[in-house]
Amino acid sequence: MGQHEISKGQWFAKGMRDGIPIALGYLAVSFTFGMMVVKDGIGIGQAVLISMTNVTSAGQFAGLDIIIGSGTYLEMALTQLVINLRYSLMAFSLSQKMDRRESWLWRYPVAFGITDEIFAISVSQPGKVSALYNLGAMAIAIPGWVLGTLLGGISGKLMPPFLISAFSVAIYGMFMQIIIPPAKENKTVAFVVGGSMLMSLGFKYLPYLNKVSTGFTVIIITFVAAGLAAVLKPVENSDNEPSELPIEDAGEHFRSGESGDENE
Amino acid sequence: MKMSDIYMYILVMAVVTYLVRVLPLTVFKKEITNKYVTSFLYYVPYACLAAMTFPAIVTATETPISGIAALIAAFVSSFKGRSLLESALWACAAVFVVERVIAFI
Repeated sequence: MGQHEISKGQWFAKGMRDGIPIALGYLAVSFTFGMMVVKDGIGIGQAVLISMTNVTSAGQFAGLDIIIGSGTYLEMALTQLVINLRYSLMAFSLSQKMDRRESWLWRYPVAFGITDEIFAISVSQPGKVSALYNLGAMAIAIPGWVLGTLLGGISGKLMPPFLISAFSVAIYGMFMQIIIPPAKENKTVAFVVGGSMLMSLGFKYLPYLNKVSTGFTVIIITFVAAGLAAVLKPVENSDNEPSELPIEDAGEHFRSGESGDENE
Repeated sequence: MKMSDIYMYILVMAVVTYLVRVLPLTVFKKEITNKYVTSFLYYVPYACLAAMTFPAIVTATETPISGIAALIAAFVSSFKGRSLLESALWACAAVFVVERVIAFI
């Protein structure tokens, strides 16, 4: 492979480092969640328990609505299934990206932490990714999620609105960092990115389309854009060799402490 | 609402959400070799991250103007190939600065 073997400890440390911007973004979102839960008359402890056991954003907000409205358990289960179904797609994608030489057991804790953001950083790693990378990111990001919920629950006034507003774009800045550099190198990726954004705009503002829930929107767009690209421009790689993937050509070289700027 | 109900709700949420994540990650023991499936999975992150980013970044902030500023800042930063943290912070900083300026106008 010509790749330097990266130790488990290095992977974990790198995951923790990349987990920092995620934790920042999470603080803002979960802060809002904590505020809302307590405003709706549910205890802080229960708010924190929801965040600790779910680690989803849209799913938790939707779940809260059902608890408040005393919905049925079936309604709760179906709502969570639909809203969080995109995680299945991500998990499926990640299942091919994770290093198969590692113990399969690692995948069970890793699955717990598949969020939009942690998925994003782990698939952006050159070559295969270690479970330890995901666990490292989870070790920073999930406490951020839980802490934000706690702080939001204690007082909705601790964090001024302008800070919430500023932090709320942190995750999108990260997402751009993950999709833009490969889009620069690879025309098909650029079309996938541009096309998905256009469709997303349509689902937000066009009549009828704007009735579709966010969770479904992401699933539909992903199937259409990634599906078309796969049919029209299949990636020509036989063995999933990192160097063959257009994602990052610097795959042969791991520079610890550097992330996202391999193409400089 | 009884207190036990709420824990039951939380349990249902947690179990369904975990199953949604864990099954696709663990059931496919064999590596997928079909060219179209692997290509699809290769494009999945770009499609779903792009769909989640835009137009959400514009509507996430207190005013669309600061959201657009965040979009531009993050685009420039990522185009230059900065790090994850740096692009995240540039986006946050753009929102912060623009909203301060608007407050003064």
